[in-house]
Amino acid sequence: MAEQHTIHVDIVSAEGEIFSGPAAMVFAPASEGELGIAPRHAPLLTLLKAGEVRVQTPEGEQQSFYVGGGALEVQPNKVTVLADTALRARDIDEAAALAAKQRAEDALRDKPGHITQAEALAELARAAAMLKVLERLRKLRG
Amino acid sequence: MPGTKEIRSKIASVKSTQKITKAMQMVATSKMRRAQERMRLARPYAQKMRNVIGHLTEANPDYRHPFLVTREPKAVGIIVISTDRGLAGGLNANIFKQTLFLMREWQAKGAQVSLCIIGSKGLAFFRRLGVPILANVSGLGDRPHVKDLIGTVKVMLDAYSSGELDRLFLVNAQFLNTMTQKPTVEQLLPVEAVDTEGLAEHWDYIYEPEAKLILDGLLIRYIESQVYRGAVENVASEMAARMVAMKAASDNAGKLIGELQLIYNKARQAAITKELSEIVGGAAAV
Repeated sequence: MAEQHTIHVDIVSAEGEIFSGPAAMVFAPASEGELGIAPRHAPLLTLLKAGEVRVQTPEGEQQSFYVGGGALEVQPNKVTVLADTALRARDIDEAAALAAKQRAEDALRDKPGHITQAEALAELARAAAMLKVLERLRKLRG
Repeated sequence: MPGTKEIRSKIASVKSTQKITKAMQMVATSKMRRAQERMRLARPYAQKMRNVIGHLTEANPDYRHPFLVTREPKAVGIIVISTDRGLAGGLNANIFKQTLFLMREWQAKGAQVSLCIIGSKGLAFFRRLGVPILANVSGLGDRPHVKDLIGTVKVMLDAYSSGELDRLFLVNAQFLNTMTQKPTVEQLLPVEAVDTEGLAEHWDYIYEPEAKLILDGLLIRYIESQVYRGAVENVASEMAARMVAMKAASDNAGKLIGELQLIYNKARQAAITKELSEIVGGAAAV
């Protein structure tokens, strides 16, 4: 088997594919420090920090992509970057979770006071129907 | 000519309604195509993720992440994805029906049910039920982003990690084709059997840092990507349902206009005939 001089790189995020193609070398910001991956690298799995993933194409060009973090999987002839689309950090995620909770609580608390137009219309229709029934009952009796 | 003026204004009003429904139909069609494309784009990430997680669990049989362990179901969480806007046929109603069915099923087994609502229609519906709603996000628009879902999903994942929930489900409309959207229930947690085919030959990764941390990070992202896929699929379904509903509305408006036009013509004809006979009668009297 001829020696391989390139490695296939896929950079994907949850919202779509970012890059796919051969490379001579890939650099990625791993959580433990910058990593350089050449073809025939040992299988490796690591988390990524926010930073730049650089792909050196076989023609010698450099392409760089910004990732907000994610994971990197290396197989001897294939590199996959599972990129985050959003900047991740413990406190940012925590704040987002709190906001989501807050929204749910607000929605539940506002129940009696705050009603939307659609709800008001539905309420009105219900009241009108009740009035109609009452009127009919009165006629039947009177 | 009594009556004809009313009919004419009625025709004009139906025509303008038809214009609106036709425009909505066309907008929904193009938005549906884009949503379908985004569904397709989200697939490789989830697939890759599944492979890696499968490999990790296979290679580390001694470490069982809580997300992979099945517990006695005492409390169940349901993430319901609904739309923000109406006029989408029976789409939301079907999702809610499916959710209520699922809730009743678990309540019958004696489990506590709590909800996480995505989309304002779902919030308006479920807050009347008095079931605890743990988290909510609305107004994701036609292009949901993972960024907007992280917080909401985290609330549910935290509840699961701390033992407040023993199961987590996702309910959303599945996009089968333009004409059919079916509400589906999917179990998110514990993560069900991950495909481990092709892992027979035993080789392992170098982990940096340790495997546990990587698995933690990947599982959270995996669940998020599942919810994101659900949200995108729901948008595609919403657009398809709206497209069909608006097409039916436009067709009905067309039919109504035809009928009204006929009535109008008849009334006009009758008025002319009446006038003529009056003139003829008047002439004869002279």
